[in-house]
Amino acid sequence: MTTISVTVNGKQHRAEVEPRTLLVHLLREQLNLTGTHIGCDTSQCGACVVHLNGESVKACTILAVQVDGAQVTTIEGLAANGTLHPLQEGFWEKHGLQCGFCTPGMIMAAADLLQRNPNPSDDEIRHGLEGNLCRCTGYENIVRAVRYAAEKTNASAKLPEEHTGTDGTVVDYTAEAQGEAASEAASATAAS
Amino acid sequence: MTVTETRERIVGRSIKRREDPKLMTGQGSYLDDIKLQGMLHIAILRSPYAHAKIVSIDTSKAAAHPGVVGVFVGKDMLDINPLPCAWQAAGVTNNINTPRTLAVDEVHFAGEGVAVVVAEDRFIARDALDLIDVQWEALPATVDAELSTKDGAVQLHENAPNNIAFDWSCGDQEKTDAAIAGAEVVVKERIVNQRLIPTPMETRGAIGLYNSATDDYTLWISSQAPHVHRLLLCAFVMGIPEHKLRVITPNVGGGFGAKIFMYADYPLALWLAKRLGRPVKYIEDRSENYKQTTHGRDHVTDVELGATKDGKILGLRVNTYANMGGYLSTIAPGIPTTLYARIITGVYDIPAAHCHVTGVYTNTAMVDAYRGAGRPEASYLIERMVDRLAVELGMDPAELRRKNFIQPEQFPYHNAVGLLPYDSGNYEPALDKALEMVGYSDFRTEQAEARKHGKYLGLGISSYVEICGVAPTAWVMSEGWGAGLWESSSVRVHLTGKVVVTTGSLPHGQGIETAFAQIAADELGVAYEDVEIQWGDTQSTPFGYGTYGSRSLAVGGVAMKKSLDKIKEKVKRIAAHLLEANVADMVFENGKAYVKGSPEKSKSIGEIAAAAAVGASLPPGDEPFLDETSYYDPPNCVFPFGTHISIVEVDADTGHVAVKRYIAVDDCGVMINPMIVEGQIHGGIVQGLAQALYESAVYDEDGQLLSGTLMDYAVPTAAMAPHIEVAHTVTPSPVNALGVKGAGEAGTIASAQCVMNAVIDALSPFGVKHLQMPATAERVWNAIHAK
Repeated sequence: MTTISVTVNGKQHRAEVEPRTLLVHLLREQLNLTGTHIGCDTSQCGACVVHLNGESVKACTILAVQVDGAQVTTIEGLAANGTLHPLQEGFWEKHGLQCGFCTPGMIMAAADLLQRNPNPSDDEIRHGLEGNLCRCTGYENIVRAVRYAAEKTNASAKLPEEHTGTDGTVVDYTAEAQGEAASEAASATAAS
Repeated sequence: MTVTETRERIVGRSIKRREDPKLMTGQGSYLDDIKLQGMLHIAILRSPYAHAKIVSIDTSKAAAHPGVVGVFVGKDMLDINPLPCAWQAAGVTNNINTPRTLAVDEVHFAGEGVAVVVAEDRFIARDALDLIDVQWEALPATVDAELSTKDGAVQLHENAPNNIAFDWSCGDQEKTDAAIAGAEVVVKERIVNQRLIPTPMETRGAIGLYNSATDDYTLWISSQAPHVHRLLLCAFVMGIPEHKLRVITPNVGGGFGAKIFMYADYPLALWLAKRLGRPVKYIEDRSENYKQTTHGRDHVTDVELGATKDGKILGLRVNTYANMGGYLSTIAPGIPTTLYARIITGVYDIPAAHCHVTGVYTNTAMVDAYRGAGRPEASYLIERMVDRLAVELGMDPAELRRKNFIQPEQFPYHNAVGLLPYDSGNYEPALDKALEMVGYSDFRTEQAEARKHGKYLGLGISSYVEICGVAPTAWVMSEGWGAGLWESSSVRVHLTGKVVVTTGSLPHGQGIETAFAQIAADELGVAYEDVEIQWGDTQSTPFGYGTYGSRSLAVGGVAMKKSLDKIKEKVKRIAAHLLEANVADMVFENGKAYVKGSPEKSKSIGEIAAAAAVGASLPPGDEPFLDETSYYDPPNCVFPFGTHISIVEVDADTGHVAVKRYIAVDDCGVMINPMIVEGQIHGGIVQGLAQALYESAVYDEDGQLLSGTLMDYAVPTAAMAPHIEVAHTVTPSPVNALGVKGAGEAGTIASAQCVMNAVIDALSPFGVKHLQMPATAERVWNAIHAK
């Protein structure tokens, strides 16, 4: 087990992870941030896309130990103070989601795309989202949603800032910090 | 507001979906997001062989692994019955074989479960799988449906000679043989409708919980039909009393049919929860989903279409081998029979038709309903053959279609293969609109010009009709289905005027909460925000059959309308009582009940809801509260239709196909929310287009799934999907009070042949008359270079 420290959505966390633990499992299983989804086991689907130090990554292809000291933003951290991100607004306005399972990853990937290319053509949007699969929408309305966000953002000059700093609190997921309950659970595991 | 003011109706408006805010902010809750105190995790050891005997299984090392709580094999759970097959081919013998929770003696497809590990976390459970030692006796496998029926083929099940699960036909064979024998022109083809993998982005799984003090079970599953799952688990699989099992469906990350069915992991989770006294969770990974969750399509068909020289179609003869996989899944035999063979004549008035279907066991994953379920296969077949006939006759494919369309005055229309009467239709306006949108005559000029320059453009037309709103119970039971297909609703108007609707429908992307709330708000004349639509928990919703077969609006929505009507009647009764008026003189309009001719004498639904909830002054015979439940069994199915047209360009040097335009004109009856309808159409089209160009579930001859992950199975990306142009015609259904049909499957039913017809049109200078799907670059290049 290795103890790592990572800032997720502006909140600093300490967690004990196995060397093999993936970032997506850290987020979902230990930090209880279940908005990031798992849709495959070969890094094709993109349901797990988050931002690592401001750039999109598939959280299933990053080990948790690799994010020690890093800044991570997940879908839960995208809407600042209850105001929807322009992409979230665009997906709602343009019916860019149906079952919603791919949506968090799709939005996080699109946010990275718009950071790199604030005014993409439809073709550039389609190619920019090639790492994310959606089985419901046929992508037509996802393209419209991203275009909506691009137009809206360009009209207001820049994307809203993501969380980059910490809010001062540290949430500790290590066994030590979790105290007796965690130790008991651990010994129960060992005994069985 | 006075009674004369008209409240603005919201039915028919593209309002934003109420489902979205939680889903796009990470606050949805899907199955794997649920954590229970003390929960254990399941991993399943799956057969590496497609066909093998289990000689022995040694689980001792796995059981001793730290963190492992239990290891079990099939022999440990013989108290669980094999899974049920609830829809059998009607009127013929079905040689039924269904899977057990874990295989006991023999496996029949690669990926079938043989042992289970339960551990403190999912990683430990996976680790321990490697410590289980299975002694196998590998057997030869058979994967091709037609070859599996031949003498000498590998046999899967003792009770199914030649691997035949059922042998079924419909239509008039003699009349069809005579029509084809007498036809001036006959076109023949062997058409393969390849196997597909549904691939909802969320895989399946199960969470089981058992309370030994009350003997209550709870099962969380990603399901399209939780009440059906409860019924099947209780009545057939486990014998749990039905009131002792609660099934809860959280947000569902797509289904496309694959989440209708009973899977081995559902009883497994309940059995383990009871055995171990702790909640257990199983979540498929994608590779497991591809191996063990149901697949779709997989037909090999010989087809003949006979016509006069001037293009009047006289007869259609079809012989199909339908691959069922290693066992029969829950409703598998119903798909290639009722939902395929009975609509094989499509939108055409064909006087004689016959369809023979052989359902075949092979050493592959089970095949069951996948978006469209039988209707895409039927639509592909007839639309390919009509194009094939047009080429043979040298006729324009649009005009050949027009000439054979069922005419508006022929509805209700009885086809030659024994389907329920098509409810309503007007096929030419949709064709005309699509031809106009594409600029048909200009295109043919452009196409001819392009060919001179070595540029190969093709245009494909697909006119389709489908069966939605499944289904009248008496009819579907006569077709072999083992239960009802009605739907339920309950509507309560609380004291404060807030409305709660519970439904047996199970939304998983269709926007049912939004569309149903639009209807309920309009019917009751209340604010849209004051209506809540609840679903998914067998404890709090009336029994319902769930969401599939494009049935939720046409059956579930109409069930809700019935409850709303009952509420309105009760509101009128109570208002009449309070106003000392005659009930017969009461009118309910815009959220108020008033005396006809005296609109000032009125009571709002809010006032009546409060009066009813308090219950101090009610008409004699009426009970307190506005609370009504209804069950709606439709008198007929509904039959959406339309025409899609695509234009493709084939690169003759590489074989690459590019879809340049895709036009869809659909008629799904009255649209409650056109934005949602169009979203359904878009998604459906890309799934069908993916069959035409990209997707294929490929097994090798040993029964190994070669397209076993998303790396190998080509679900299209945004860059592989075209821009889609959508339009509508509206022919209300006379079957139901809402005039609605269905839109969930239409796109998929229309699009595969639309694209293939375009590809084959583009390849016509090379003498290509048919090409099997998917039209990959390799296959297209080989077709070009075959001559």
